[in-house]
Amino acid sequence: MSLRRRMFISFGLGAVLTLGVFGLRSLSAQQAPTSAAPASPSTAAAPATAAATPETAAPATTAAAPAAAPAAPPKPADPTGAATGTAADVPVKDAAKPTLVEVMDTVGHNKIAINIGWTLITGFLVMFMQAGFAMVETGFTRAKNAAHTMSMNFMVYPIGMLGYWICGFALQMGGVGAVASLGGTPPLTNEFTITLFGKAFGLFGTKGFFLGPDSYDVGVFALFLFQMVFMDTTVTIPTGAMAERWRWNSFLVYGFFMSMFAYPLYANWVWGGGWLSQLGTNFGLGHGHVDFAGSSVVHMVGGVAALAGAIVLGPRIGKFAKDGKPVAIPGHHIPMAIVGTFILAFGWFGFNPGSTLAGTDLRIAVVATNTMLASAGGAIAAMVIMMSKYGKPDPSMMANGMLAGLVAITAPCAFVTAPVAVLIGVIAGILVVFSVFFVERTLKVDDPVGAISVHGVNGAWGVLSLGLFADGKYGDGWNNVPGTVSGLFYGNAKQFVAQGIGTVTCFVFVFVAFYVFFKVLDAIVGNRVSAETEMVGLDLPEMGALAYPEFAISSGMSSEYTGDANQEKAG
Amino acid sequence: MKKIEGIVRPHVFEAVKTALQEVGIVGMTITEVKGFGRQKGHTESYRGSEYKVDFLPKVKVEVVVADDIAEKVVAAFVSSARTGKFGDGKVFVTNLADVVRIRTGEHGEEAL
Repeated sequence: MSLRRRMFISFGLGAVLTLGVFGLRSLSAQQAPTSAAPASPSTAAAPATAAATPETAAPATTAAAPAAAPAAPPKPADPTGAATGTAADVPVKDAAKPTLVEVMDTVGHNKIAINIGWTLITGFLVMFMQAGFAMVETGFTRAKNAAHTMSMNFMVYPIGMLGYWICGFALQMGGVGAVASLGGTPPLTNEFTITLFGKAFGLFGTKGFFLGPDSYDVGVFALFLFQMVFMDTTVTIPTGAMAERWRWNSFLVYGFFMSMFAYPLYANWVWGGGWLSQLGTNFGLGHGHVDFAGSSVVHMVGGVAALAGAIVLGPRIGKFAKDGKPVAIPGHHIPMAIVGTFILAFGWFGFNPGSTLAGTDLRIAVVATNTMLASAGGAIAAMVIMMSKYGKPDPSMMANGMLAGLVAITAPCAFVTAPVAVLIGVIAGILVVFSVFFVERTLKVDDPVGAISVHGVNGAWGVLSLGLFADGKYGDGWNNVPGTVSGLFYGNAKQFVAQGIGTVTCFVFVFVAFYVFFKVLDAIVGNRVSAETEMVGLDLPEMGALAYPEFAISSGMSSEYTGDANQEKAG
Repeated sequence: MKKIEGIVRPHVFEAVKTALQEVGIVGMTITEVKGFGRQKGHTESYRGSEYKVDFLPKVKVEVVVADDIAEKVVAAFVSSARTGKFGDGKVFVTNLADVVRIRTGEHGEEAL
């Protein structure tokens, strides 16, 4: 078709469309003459519209309306919002005589609505961190295993979810009691408790299995979602330390074990009303073990489980030379790992501030900002160390540094000042670098992504730093102990002791539980892939799919894998 | 007929291609290869552990030419790929027994 013809057709179509639009507009103006009527000022309309409130009230909430009032004129279009949302939107029985109780009902409802909305949205952000973990771990490991690494990080979400739904949530939160910010969470009132030294020691909850009929409550569901995504953060941490040689079947069993039993137990002790949170009321140790958003509950548990798993699994083939010196195995996709780190940092804006479980608790501003500051401190500290030791910044260490800062601030973020948040992050960045060296060179444990150092070591640093730096400005009534939370440097040594007890408990419980678990699992299922599979890459033998099939010549698919039957012969 | 293989630095490849086309080449095959000669690799560090980068990426350019222009082609390779530093690469010249065009079945210099 020639240019002239195309221009002709375009102009013609344009003219037709323009005429059509104007035609339709004049048509609608004829059919609805009242829409062109002058807009009535919002205040003058109040009595008229108030008379109409019985009909316009939200049907789901309050009681039915009495005698029908005459229909009010429709609210005019409001571009600034100044006239939208008025007394007319508060449901009252008699518009002429609104009562205080009716107004308070709406105030209370809105407060809980803000809190539940906040908890859900921040929970959605934390869920997105799963993508961050997947990208960081896959970026820091090799291409031949990428489908397997990605799949582990993918399946922790549904597996963790179901395990938690079956019994994890109930064990963790079944006895947490009424969570006021979410409207009371009525059914969660059963905590299995033993008595030791004359004191009550809460061990696990017993309500909320399968989120059954006894827990069918909006607050409980919001709490479930929020707690589930935190639990999933823990479940996914060991997949990094155990990547590139972990058998899929073993990983599946692990996912259920962590989500159903291991995580919920420690989490109950700290967050579910269990014995670590009761160290304050039972023994006068400050407010008991305090962990705002999970440096110990989430990150240290994950990091210590990662340590146990990596020890039982053993290092990757070729990771340590005959003399024990570590051999570098660079990751295959630095850009993926960096973007993944940013996704995690972004998700942390849900992780930490969301842990107020209340958008109406304005401390969220302090929490979020402290979180950011610590992440920066960690990244820069790690970068400076690598540049001074090796002359060049190492992208993987800078990323680990940012994450270490985030992990460390997770417990104290609600309780410290901004300069202290930076300091905690800087120390975290220093710790993570030297911990990576220690784990690799001294412990001779192979951790491809630094999970043990980022989450385990800095999770401990996080809760301990709370015991040092909590400044007494927040946390009145935490764990049922009156007064705000303060640490050693603010005169409260006992808080530091409580933090220490929580840290040691976490390490001992999690390490022993997972060391035994992985040893037993090894005997029954076998944790590690065969040496041949490991050399060839796990993608085809374990997953049946190559992450990068196009990176091959000729017919497309290329791998040294020759099928299970041939693998032994090929050697 | 001669087969002329040049192993050159990746970033000079465009210049080599242009120079070869100017002396009358009508076809070539290239492969991305790794290798080392006297240009040594070096040591880098990843997360505190050292590793050697021994193999360097190069581009192998293969052309098949009639005997009469072989010397011109070699000269074009050398002048366009030379930077004067270690690692410039090498050119290998071999005699070819036969060349066949798959589409028509022609043999020898007609198939070039």
